[in-house]
Amino acid sequence: MGLEQFKNRNVGTQNYKVLDLEMPPITAMEKFKQVVSRTFKPELFAGLGVTLREMINALFRGKMHTTQYPFEKLPISPRYRAIHEMLRLLESGHYRCIGCGLCEKICISNCISMDTRYDENQRKEVTEYTINFGRCIFCGYCAEVCPELAIVHGGRYETASEQRASFSLFEDMLTPIDKLNLQQEYQGFGAISSNADENIKKTPLAY
Amino acid sequence: MSEVKTAENMISIKIDGQEYKAKEGEYILNAARANDIFIPAICYLTRCSPTLACRICLVEADGKQVYSCNAKVKEGMEITTSTSNILEERKAIMEVYDVNHPLQCGVCDQSGACELQNYTLELGIDSQSYTIADTKRETTNWSSILHYDAGLCIVCERCTTVCKDMIGDAAIKTTKRGGATLDKGLKVTMPKDAYAMWNKLQKSVIAPSNGTGETDCSDCGECIAVCPVGALVSRDFQYSSNAWDLKRIPATCAHCSSGCQIYYETKPTSIENRDEKIFRVTNEWNYVSLCGAGRFGYDFENRDAVKDESTFKNAIEAFKKAKVINFNSTITNEEALMLQTLKEKLGVKLINREAKAFQRFLNAYTQASGNSLYTTDFKEIMQSDFVMSVGSSLRNDNPNARYAFNNVQKMNKGAGLYFHPVGDTLIPTFGKTIEMFTHKVGQEELALLLIIKLFADADKLPSSVKDQLDANLVELLGGDSAKFEKSFEKMMKKKTSFSLMIGEDLYFHERAENIAKLIAVLEASSSVNVAMIPPKTNSLGVALICDLDSEASGYTIGYNESGDFRLSALGDGDLDMPAMNQQEGTLTNMHKRVTPTNAALEYHGYELNDIMREVVSAPKHTIDWTAHLPTAKGFKAVEFDTLPNGYTNDGQENRGYLLETTSKEVKEITVEKFSEGSELEGEIAYRCNPQRQFNDFSDKSHQIFEGFGLYASPAKAETLGKRVEVAFENGSLTLDVIVDDRMEGDIVAVPDFKSAENVYELFGESRYKTVTIREV
Ligand code: SF4
Ligand code: SF4
Ligand code: SF4
Ligand code: FES
Repeated sequence: MGLEQFKNRNVGTQNYKVLDLEMPPITAMEKFKQVVSRTFKPELFAGLGVTLREMINALFRGKMHTTQYPFEKLPISPRYRAIHEMLRLLESGHYRCIGCGLCEKICISNCISMDTRYDENQRKEVTEYTINFGRCIFCGYCAEVCPELAIVHGGRYETASEQRASFSLFEDMLTPIDKLNLQQEYQGFGAISSNADENIKKTPLAY
Repeated sequence: MSEVKTAENMISIKIDGQEYKAKEGEYILNAARANDIFIPAICYLTRCSPTLACRICLVEADGKQVYSCNAKVKEGMEITTSTSNILEERKAIMEVYDVNHPLQCGVCDQSGACELQNYTLELGIDSQSYTIADTKRETTNWSSILHYDAGLCIVCERCTTVCKDMIGDAAIKTTKRGGATLDKGLKVTMPKDAYAMWNKLQKSVIAPSNGTGETDCSDCGECIAVCPVGALVSRDFQYSSNAWDLKRIPATCAHCSSGCQIYYETKPTSIENRDEKIFRVTNEWNYVSLCGAGRFGYDFENRDAVKDESTFKNAIEAFKKAKVINFNSTITNEEALMLQTLKEKLGVKLINREAKAFQRFLNAYTQASGNSLYTTDFKEIMQSDFVMSVGSSLRNDNPNARYAFNNVQKMNKGAGLYFHPVGDTLIPTFGKTIEMFTHKVGQEELALLLIIKLFADADKLPSSVKDQLDANLVELLGGDSAKFEKSFEKMMKKKTSFSLMIGEDLYFHERAENIAKLIAVLEASSSVNVAMIPPKTNSLGVALICDLDSEASGYTIGYNESGDFRLSALGDGDLDMPAMNQQEGTLTNMHKRVTPTNAALEYHGYELNDIMREVVSAPKHTIDWTAHLPTAKGFKAVEFDTLPNGYTNDGQENRGYLLETTSKEVKEITVEKFSEGSELEGEIAYRCNPQRQFNDFSDKSHQIFEGFGLYASPAKAETLGKRVEVAFENGSLTLDVIVDDRMEGDIVAVPDFKSAENVYELFGESRYKTVTIREV
């Protein structure tokens, strides 16, 4: 996109359309007339009728439109970026994070930190993981870069608390093992595209 | 060094149509690199022999395809770095390397600093045309340090090459993999070199060369450094950090006088503890090789030091009444200059045993030879093709002197002469033409006389030396003269440059001054170049900067040594000092180079400069002293911040600066006659550290395991028992007996790396002492 339209500061020659509006009332009498005519129009009762109808619907017919926050919450888009979640593998229940550190590296506010070690099973174990939510700008880069879809953004947007630290450690973000069946696959930024298979060249194998 | 100079004649070559200059006799690859031209190469290591394992370095020279790491430049040569055929080969080679390579880059410790990844991307490999059945390749630990993942290994043989050609341990080699054989049809359809490389690759993995699962080596970790992938890592570092998270602090290793270039790599300790911690030490492995102490002995910092005003006041009081300062060579040039200033202003005496002995020797040498400093350095020794060593237990005293000795054998088809009272089974394995003299203690002069006899121009010798050459020196030194004559003839074949390294035994010698004269005579009358190994880290710097005393008494301040008031970087003294990884300053190394080192870790206590500012006057920072190092001794008046610390692409060392040396004419030297009967007899102890141990700091590091004990050859250890009392004239030590299976003979080694044990007191002015040993 060019910048021409921004650079044209000669607004006077542009093609403004003038709306065909009535003249506003000027004298006190004209103003009084306008008030009276607007006040006593039957539309007022149409409006009151709608309110009455909805009141009856809500109170007696069980058709309430108000979301009872915080007891109720509206569904949010999968692409919404709220407090992170750490997902587990569905089959084994093991956490997905492999400790590659890409999120730590890409994080634009430098707020991810992790400790890893060589464990007894010759694997890289993530011994601790933390996001400093005081600094996180919820940009979603970490979720996008994660090769395992381990760190993702969840829907938990209430971040008011005395201590942000209280939901920033590995175990706070990790899907509780007894809620594994409720774990949702991430659909947001960085998730696998629906046509991923088509874009992949297969590596030949000898067997 | 005239021979070497002519070999460095510059010639002109053409690379991709452009004219460049190159050193005659240089490999094409190195010539290209020196001119900042990129040629892909995986298996080649500068300073080691080409192995032709990867074959990716193909270029076209004068119309013929050659391996640039193995073909030398010629005057007027026209080189094309890439043709369509070469590109095809290279692509196929990278595809082959990628076949069955585990897809675990996400956790691999190479963390992207990976040559396999780099070349795969560089050559744009985005599909795979080859396949073969994989073989199970297990991960193993080769030692308490080394971890090998055969699955990740691309068998470039860099590790085995550096271990053999540079380090000299030859502790690892390629061995059978038992992989599937290649489809014969590929021979026709595949690019030729890629096929040959794959064929070899399928057959090999790396394993300890002694046939057991464990390496018998000095645990230097150079194999880890050179590995282009994550196949070799240290067990301590494994999976603890990504390379990109680590901050690299260019520094100088502070453990021995080689003063190697290193990077301390740091990041916060953990999520809970945000204090910086050193995770590993790396180096410019193409140009410098570390030993195990440098690579793994890095966590010796003085952690919890704080500024406590009352102890600081005590320190000031102590300095005001001090008569003596007792220190060692693990100290920067700047600090040495501060101590010298204290001497000048307050009249304190300076005691530093190892540097004093070296200083005495250097002075005697300067007086006899007219040279302000020894004439050659260890880089030049590496270029020579006949290398000798007298007065140093090469394996233990200075790893880089040993690497040079080994490298000469491997790279220059060299020969070697090794004189030492303690037998060593490793040195003879360095090459085929090495002669060892396991002479008696006290015969060091004879060794030098033999060298003079072999190499000097008899007409140039003073009569006091000439007279002594008639004796049968070979027999006196315990050799067989007929046999030696024969092998010496073989050793001398096609040899043009000769070098000698001398070590601490000669400085701590009753007749050190006479020995220094012999060295001067040798240099004046032959083409042998002599380099000296300073005893400890900055002994050379201290010897040049400080006016040291030999005896002193009275109220003593000990700096990392014993004293009435102790300054200590180990955290156990009366006032804390920063350790070498917590301070900036310069060190003077055995290559006659003043190199800068930087602080890797924070330090919150007082420094020597703070004391200086109270006691006498001093500038704001320690490094403000750098420009005031004595120019009369060869130092330059340059600011610390202007000192570089790195290497250029052609391998030139661009670190700090070289000391200026001068030489002047001298009168004829008169050498005292060697008197027989001064040899030590009986049970002898040798003051010598195990490999990887140099001082309290290496000892403090958690990956240095070598203990403080009595080191003995396997046969000797058997006769000694488990734990012994070693009685000297003026004291005794009770030590565990530790077998060093590369030692030979009856002399036992007592380490001096723990200053608290006062081992120098027991040995006095000598490195050898007769002792009585009894089992306890
Ligand atoms: S959302 Fe952005 S700022 Fe927050 S942790 Fe992820 S990468 Fe960092
Ligand atoms: S371990 Fe590393 S250096 Fe050694 S052969 Fe394998 S890839 Fe090369
Ligand atoms: S101890 Fe000596 S040889 Fe080893 S790395 Fe340090 S300076 Fe180099
Ligand atoms: S670098 Fe020349 S063959 Fe590997």
